[in-house]
Amino acid sequence: MSSDAPAFEIAVTLNRGRLRLTYDFTAGPGLTALFGPSGAGKTSLLDAVAGLARPAEGRIAVSGKVLYDRTARIDLKPERRRCGYVFQDLRLFPHRTVRDNLRYGWKLAQAERRSLGWDHTLDLLGIAPLLDRMPATLSGGEAQRVAIGRALLSGPTFLLMDEPLASVDAARRGEILGLIERIRSELKLPILYVSHDRAEVERLADRIIPIPTP
Amino acid sequence: MSWFSQSWLSPAEWEVLILSLKVSGVAIVAALPASFAIAWMLARWRFPGKVLVDALVHLPLVLPPVVTGWLLLIAFSPNTPLGGFLERTFGLTFLFRWTGAALAAAVMALPLMVRAIRLSLEAVDQRLESAARTLGAGPWRTFATVTLPLSANGILAALVLGLARSVGEFGATITFASNIPGETQTLPLAIYSALQMPGSDIQVARLAGLSVLLSVGALVLSEWLARRSGQEKGRHVV
Repeated sequence: MSSDAPAFEIAVTLNRGRLRLTYDFTAGPGLTALFGPSGAGKTSLLDAVAGLARPAEGRIAVSGKVLYDRTARIDLKPERRRCGYVFQDLRLFPHRTVRDNLRYGWKLAQAERRSLGWDHTLDLLGIAPLLDRMPATLSGGEAQRVAIGRALLSGPTFLLMDEPLASVDAARRGEILGLIERIRSELKLPILYVSHDRAEVERLADRIIPIPTP
Repeated sequence: MSWFSQSWLSPAEWEVLILSLKVSGVAIVAALPASFAIAWMLARWRFPGKVLVDALVHLPLVLPPVVTGWLLLIAFSPNTPLGGFLERTFGLTFLFRWTGAALAAAVMALPLMVRAIRLSLEAVDQRLESAARTLGAGPWRTFATVTLPLSANGILAALVLGLARSVGEFGATITFASNIPGETQTLPLAIYSALQMPGSDIQVARLAGLSVLLSVGALVLSEWLARRSGQEKGRHVV
């Protein structure tokens, strides 16, 4: 791992049903947006980076650390990739309180890897008042902030965000957008961000990778 | 145990009751890990011959119990390879023993238990498991913290169904383990034996009443457990 390595080095082919999708790009620090229409396979790429889906071939490295390399037979398990994945469908654990959702990754991250403090993260996201609630009782915006918090607290070295505004109603979008801007500028974590909304991407992204319709 | 004779059940009735509980208890405890493993295979794996495994597991549900008992007899009698191996290696014999009654009850309970657990496993959202993985949990921790708690109700249902099935087991037990008082004579078998004797109407009625009490007790217990686990989950709501 070297400090001057690019944030994301991605050159993979994914099989998605009968489609073969090829992605090939290198991106520096900050927020890299994958921009394209729904169904173009953007989520499949995030899943491949997170280790939840195996590419047909290629290589994925983040900040110089190789996560997947077909020819070198490297394929790190998802729990060893240290990504903070904010899913489009959030995936909060329905049987655990907000506190236990947030603590899930926090407890598993080694202390020195907890780049962000517990209190600081709760403050940043404004989720301290929600700790005793069950996920089913949260509004869309609240659930989205908890999902972001859970990812940040798991001690990630990079973030994957899949349409984080999708489950938020229009009135709350500005608030979440502002949060993502703060995360981008304060935390210095490389972010791979998926969206189909041009205005959103132009506001947030340091660079835009267009994903065409396959 | 003098209080036995003073209590409302006769010593023979106590013996039948305790034996029934022992046989069914051992049966479902033994069948639970097997049921879980089979249910997991059927719910999560794709492999050739899956339909065959599925059919085989369900066989005791559709076969006449006498046939199941006979098949057990063929498989586990000490002069067969499997029966001989179990006897030599583990000192386990099944014929005419309470262990045989437990085995028969377990085999009869298996399909119901597999079904209940399989359904609950299929209802677990696997996307939650992948979320746990990205948060740093390995496969086992994910299983223990996400899959297991979310399928707990199905496992509870499996235990209750399995208990009900094995307490009532008759055909396979009498065929495989025979009807020996104090060894393999569980409640249904004792009722059957009493029915064979003229003038034992009261005896039959008492045993049948005991059987009803046992079933109602199991139902109440399962309802209570289900409610308790429901409260546990809802505790933090609001």
